[in-house]
Amino acid sequence: MASLVSHPDEVKVVSKRFGKGATSLDRYLELDGYKAVQKALAMQPDAIVNEVKNSGLRGRGGAGFNTGMKWSFVPKQSPKPKYVLCNGDESEPGTCKDRLIFEHDPHAVIEGVIIAGLAVGSHTGYIYIRGEYRYLLEIMQKAIADAYARGFLGKNIFGSGYDFDVYWHGGAGAYEVGEESALMESLEGKRGIPRIRPPFPAVVGLWGGPTVINNAETLASVPHIILGGAEWYANLGPPKNGGTRLFCLSGHVNKPGVYELPMGYNLKKMIYDVAGGIAEGRKLKAVVPGGSSTPVLTANEVDIAMDFDSLAKAGSMLGSGGVVVLDETTCMVRFALQIMKFYQHESCGWCIPCREGTDWLKKTLKRFHAGGGVRKDIDNIQYLAENMLGRTFCPLGDAAAMPTISIVKKFRQEFEDHLEGRPCPFEKGTTQELPVLV
Amino acid sequence: MLTHYPTKRSVLVPTLLYAQDELGYLTDEGIQEIATRLDLTELDVRNVISYYSMLTTKPRGKYNVQVCTNIACMLRGADELFDHCKKKLGVTHKGTTADGMFSLEEVECIGACSWAPAMQVNYDFHENLDREKLDKALDEYKKKGAQ
Repeated sequence: MASLVSHPDEVKVVSKRFGKGATSLDRYLELDGYKAVQKALAMQPDAIVNEVKNSGLRGRGGAGFNTGMKWSFVPKQSPKPKYVLCNGDESEPGTCKDRLIFEHDPHAVIEGVIIAGLAVGSHTGYIYIRGEYRYLLEIMQKAIADAYARGFLGKNIFGSGYDFDVYWHGGAGAYEVGEESALMESLEGKRGIPRIRPPFPAVVGLWGGPTVINNAETLASVPHIILGGAEWYANLGPPKNGGTRLFCLSGHVNKPGVYELPMGYNLKKMIYDVAGGIAEGRKLKAVVPGGSSTPVLTANEVDIAMDFDSLAKAGSMLGSGGVVVLDETTCMVRFALQIMKFYQHESCGWCIPCREGTDWLKKTLKRFHAGGGVRKDIDNIQYLAENMLGRTFCPLGDAAAMPTISIVKKFRQEFEDHLEGRPCPFEKGTTQELPVLV
Repeated sequence: MLTHYPTKRSVLVPTLLYAQDELGYLTDEGIQEIATRLDLTELDVRNVISYYSMLTTKPRGKYNVQVCTNIACMLRGADELFDHCKKKLGVTHKGTTADGMFSLEEVECIGACSWAPAMQVNYDFHENLDREKLDKALDEYKKKGAQ
């Protein structure tokens, strides 16, 4: 469905089977499929955890926590069953990578889930896919059924004596459910409202049992690490930022698409070389480096290595790999409004700072963009957003606040330009001159 | 599916969506039936329905046109496309055409950012859209729906 792109700088690890028919189990086996899980079956659980830990693999969903470390928090002995939960509720604006993994390489996710299960001593895995991705859920259903038919899942997998079941699960439209504790609530058949932590899911998760929750890209990376070794994977990226990453380039670039690049790849090069530069030779204004919840970077800040630590140092985040590029014709007030409109829509309403904060911010930004703003609003927007930070059960409040704060701080002049009833200075440029690119 | 989980309730969200696919919306009878089968109250079920954006208790058109206007699509002209849809179908956000063929919805990110602007018609993705492509797609649905 979604078209594929390529660039010579790409290092294909997770995407190496894209476009090669690997949804077919036979084809997947020809392409080294299910070798990693067989290797892992012969390893001690601690050895699997250490291998993943040493590879420097960090959560590809956004938080960037060391995956092996996360697995090591699961208690060895547990009176309740342990679970592995694959988070395929991809819905961070700017992000469209898990979609390609499910579409082209569903067995890699299944394999990753089994290996995670072996590492933590679990016998059950769930693959949660967002409701809008119905065609991907169908691909996954078939992949799981095929794996059962060959004895790769179920009782005594690969004749090892180890039992492991994997089940699919579909969502029904909710950004909030991508947050790990809300994801568990949703899987349990409830409203996706976050749980207070601690206890963390690794100790008390699904139905009270210890649960490992990883993003689909994270889990799809695991088989490659088991086969290629921690050292090889770690060396693909800078220290503590192992491997590669699927970067979803979108917005005002000539060649948008999902590219797999080594961690630490330079953002400027990513925009101007990999993605073919800005459409119609216009100037760059800003970049959202890792999905809509990450603080924006200005055109002067894009000469940066795209890894977790470099972006954190620059006051932003690598997030989910969604790189949205904005050119000079973009109104940053309108952009902030669109982001806030999204978070207001998606806030589950459970905690007040997020529910009320996103609503007030949306209303203020809307009025402001329409020319009804007063000078005090600019500081109010920032003040409201800052008061949401760290005061909510889950990171959705932060996700709404962080980009807003960065836009007010870095593009204050654009807010000033909307004052005193002046019409949006960009309205003409964005709605009339911007071509719809094919 | 019930055997996949330790609790019956866990099947609720996917079950509701599959049930909705049959008629395009969730009926009172359907909700009652699901509640009974899963040992839940009707209120429990409605509580869940109201949370998920894809679930609805209101009838919709045969083809639900969902235009994404989130950031990546917005930057590539989604607002214009949505306006165009409104004019073409003669309905606004969450409206349904008089013949029951189409309903229109402005939706949040559908995961097509690198192929923006995009829309989903029921579950089908339509990407790298412009007016012509959108018109063509809707005309085809109209033809298909009339058969």
